[in-house]
Amino acid sequence: MDSQIALLLAQDGVVNGAIYALLALALVLVFAVTRVIFIPQGEFVAYGALTLAAFQAGKTPGTVWLLLGAGVLVALIDTVMAVRTGSLNRLKRIVLWDLVLPVAVAGLVLWLEPAGLPLMVQVALSLAVVVPLGPMIYRLAYQPLAEASVLVLLIVSVAVHLALVGLGLLFFGAEGSRTTPFSEAQFALGTLTVNGQTLWVLGASAVLIVALYAFFGRTLYGKALRATAINRVGARLMGISTTMAGRLSFTLAAGIGALSGILIAPITTVYYDTGFLVGLKGFVAAIIAGLVSYPLAAAGAILVGLLEAFSSFWASAFKEVIVFTLIIPVLVWRSLTAHHVEEEE
Amino acid sequence: MTAPILEIRDLCVSYGKVEALHHINLKVEAGKIVTVIGPNGAGKTTLLSAIMGLLPSKGEIEFQGEVQRDIEVEHLVAMGMTLVPEKRALFGEMSVEDNLLLGAFQRYRHGARDQAQTMAQVFATFPRLKERRSQLAGTLSGGERQMLAVGRALMAKPKLLMLDEPSLGLAPLIVREIFHIIADLKQTGVAILLVEQNARAALQIADTGYVLETGSVALEGDSRQLADDPRVVETYLGLGGIRY
Repeated sequence: MDSQIALLLAQDGVVNGAIYALLALALVLVFAVTRVIFIPQGEFVAYGALTLAAFQAGKTPGTVWLLLGAGVLVALIDTVMAVRTGSLNRLKRIVLWDLVLPVAVAGLVLWLEPAGLPLMVQVALSLAVVVPLGPMIYRLAYQPLAEASVLVLLIVSVAVHLALVGLGLLFFGAEGSRTTPFSEAQFALGTLTVNGQTLWVLGASAVLIVALYAFFGRTLYGKALRATAINRVGARLMGISTTMAGRLSFTLAAGIGALSGILIAPITTVYYDTGFLVGLKGFVAAIIAGLVSYPLAAAGAILVGLLEAFSSFWASAFKEVIVFTLIIPVLVWRSLTAHHVEEEE
Repeated sequence: MTAPILEIRDLCVSYGKVEALHHINLKVEAGKIVTVIGPNGAGKTTLLSAIMGLLPSKGEIEFQGEVQRDIEVEHLVAMGMTLVPEKRALFGEMSVEDNLLLGAFQRYRHGARDQAQTMAQVFATFPRLKERRSQLAGTLSGGERQMLAVGRALMAKPKLLMLDEPSLGLAPLIVREIFHIIADLKQTGVAILLVEQNARAALQIADTGYVLETGSVALEGDSRQLADDPRVVETYLGLGGIRY
């Protein structure tokens, strides 16, 4: 291997690592706030990428119908709950978020014919379709079980993951898609050629990480999420409801997932089930961070990306094996060094 | 006589098949300090948790003249009820200032933007917190933690402040300081429901008191009369009169 190949591989690794870092951050966030191990994170990657691809191909993506269906379902359940408990003042919010928003997004998609629109509008529309699915899935699958154990929530995650992968196959078919790059530009950096999409991925990841940092450090809602992660009862006593924190963290996770998918869609062919593998690598990074530390998760993600890139050069058949084997020494090291913490009752 | 801000009728709480509280009746009037004393395991913490909606209960809880049906913690906080739990439940990895800000979260959510002003009042009550404002809550001493827990609760501008064993694990001097502050808080008009094992200190600052024993109210009345009641003196105050 000469230095040029090494540089090329390193570039590949860092780009993928940046995406894994975003996913790892979302996983850590969701787990810290809700104790959910969010396996379906990967599906948001695939949904984001494939929704954009469908727009560009001039098709109406199935995710639009999923958004409408999930919205109606959530609205029905919440309305029944609101009537039963006599809290009718919630109806306005329910109608607005679960009915008006999905219908507005669907209407916009059908009316605008996104194929001919600028890329950034297509991206915004894709996010508008996919991101609201996050809090809706939280409402449908997790909120009724918010007090359940981590294991039960994990089993729910597996179920949600399988359901979403199945729906993905139904919506997008078995063929993969690629989208047009954000930028066709190419830059020469010494012997290395860097293309525009690489810079987009790195830049967007960096911006998103800084934005998340500011959100958690500077805004009261961000602090409320951290407070929930630190002390759930304490947070509830401040009036920070577990439900609100859950919905907010799922919205963020869905947004990060969908955006990651949109960023990688021009680089790799995305299939309906690609998200799982991508998400799983983010998960390896999150595990390296013990599902609690954000900086460690980001560092772990870069490590995973580099390991993947270099192992694809030396032993491409074992690429995935090598990456996922990394989890074993990490787990051994973690279980040897970490104090065992009883799960909070 | 003022209208009660909190009135509890026939409250029962069970853990599984075991009933921990039996038919409790209790009243807190606006601007008054009411204390619930009793030994370990009498159900004092359970009582506060049930009122706050952290535990399911049977019976009626009337807060500010409204019977609470679907008791939800967040809703009660928004209505002006707040609880400082026995374990303080601080956000240890966040600064003192952030802890206080989060105390006003529910009000912020409903549009209030006077946090700086409220925080200045809290700092006036607890100057020590002002010195420590940028320190992490987890690094505070026991007494400072209790001050932060109370200060954080005050950030919600509560109408009813419930304190669960504020003296627990604190040195006598700090206990005295905390109780002075609680007595002073009364001047601001907030009603206080104080649960304590330190019966002497609690009865000194309270207007009325309840003695809770094995899940039932054993005695109730004016706190000065309770402090003189031979049964209370013998069981909770001690004959020798150990000074706190």
